[in-house]
Amino acid sequence: MTHHLDGNVLAGALSEVFTTDVTAARARCGGCGRMSPIAEAMVYTDAPGLVARCAGCDQVLATVVDAGDRLILSLAGLSAIELRR
Amino acid sequence: MSAQPVAPLRRSRPRPAWHVASVVETRPETPTAARLILDVPTWPGSDAGSHVDLRLTAPDGYQASRSYSIASSTPAGRVVLAIDELPDGEVSPFLVRELRPGDKLELHGPLGAFFVWRPGESRRPVQLIGGGSGVVPLYAMAAAHGAGDDPSPFRLLYSVRTPADVFFADELAALAGQAFGLDLVYTREAPDGWPDAAGRLTRETLAARTIPAEQRPSVYVCGSTGFVEAVASWLQDLGHSATDIHTERYGGL
Repeated sequence: MTHHLDGNVLAGALSEVFTTDVTAARARCGGCGRMSPIAEAMVYTDAPGLVARCAGCDQVLATVVDAGDRLILSLAGLSAIELRR
Repeated sequence: MSAQPVAPLRRSRPRPAWHVASVVETRPETPTAARLILDVPTWPGSDAGSHVDLRLTAPDGYQASRSYSIASSTPAGRVVLAIDELPDGEVSPFLVRELRPGDKLELHGPLGAFFVWRPGESRRPVQLIGGGSGVVPLYAMAAAHGAGDDPSPFRLLYSVRTPADVFFADELAALAGQAFGLDLVYTREAPDGWPDAAGRLTRETLAARTIPAEQRPSVYVCGSTGFVEAVASWLQDLGHSATDIHTERYGGL
């Protein structure tokens, strides 16, 4: 099994995009429909950037690439994020 | 348009920002780990369990960034980290061996709203389960609990290789008492006269030394990926709800 961490490690990169910490927010996987906190996603750090996969079905939920003067974020594998006000 | 109910005030949490930290003190925590005490004038304080991204910049401009748990629910202006050296690591050997008082580091934080414990939010008991250096954010929670008047019972099950590898050994021993139960499991070498033989944490030991699921504890598990996944799966077998189990994995280079 490839080594992975979890979505807690996304807090720093995502804080540049969202106004509140979203790692505790629940999100829906676009593949299997599982709703779970972003912190529970499996995060692979050995790719160029961070790759978050669904802990239920392994679908790629999000990718974050730090390119120095740019941050490239894809949330294409998520169908919803529940943000608490 | 009808009047909206007034939303309850939510405790505001500091926005993460970049901070410059100066090393005040570095000292051995275990044979492979160091405790770093950092002066961070702009640090707003943080919830117990949160972490920072620490960035190092080499003279040629190359940067490396890693996440480290904060070792206490530190007051404003001060951050304590406890960092275990990963043998093939790119960042941790420098932090553990080379850092000196007066050196500067860049920190981004405080980070993380999931793996945190805040006093007064719930009256449920709290079970902490740590493997190795995964105890660091759990120690922060136990210290925050010990410093306040939150009545929830706390218990820590700490799996560690040998007695010399225990992080915050004196501080944890001082916290142990009526409101905080401390259970150690030694995986390689136990102290003389220890009642249990050294060996890996098992499901049976986990069941015997943790708050039972019937009491609905909030459970926080931190350790290596393998440790966290084994423990989280045993906890669910033992009847804990997945939503009561908070996990944080560490590792990488």
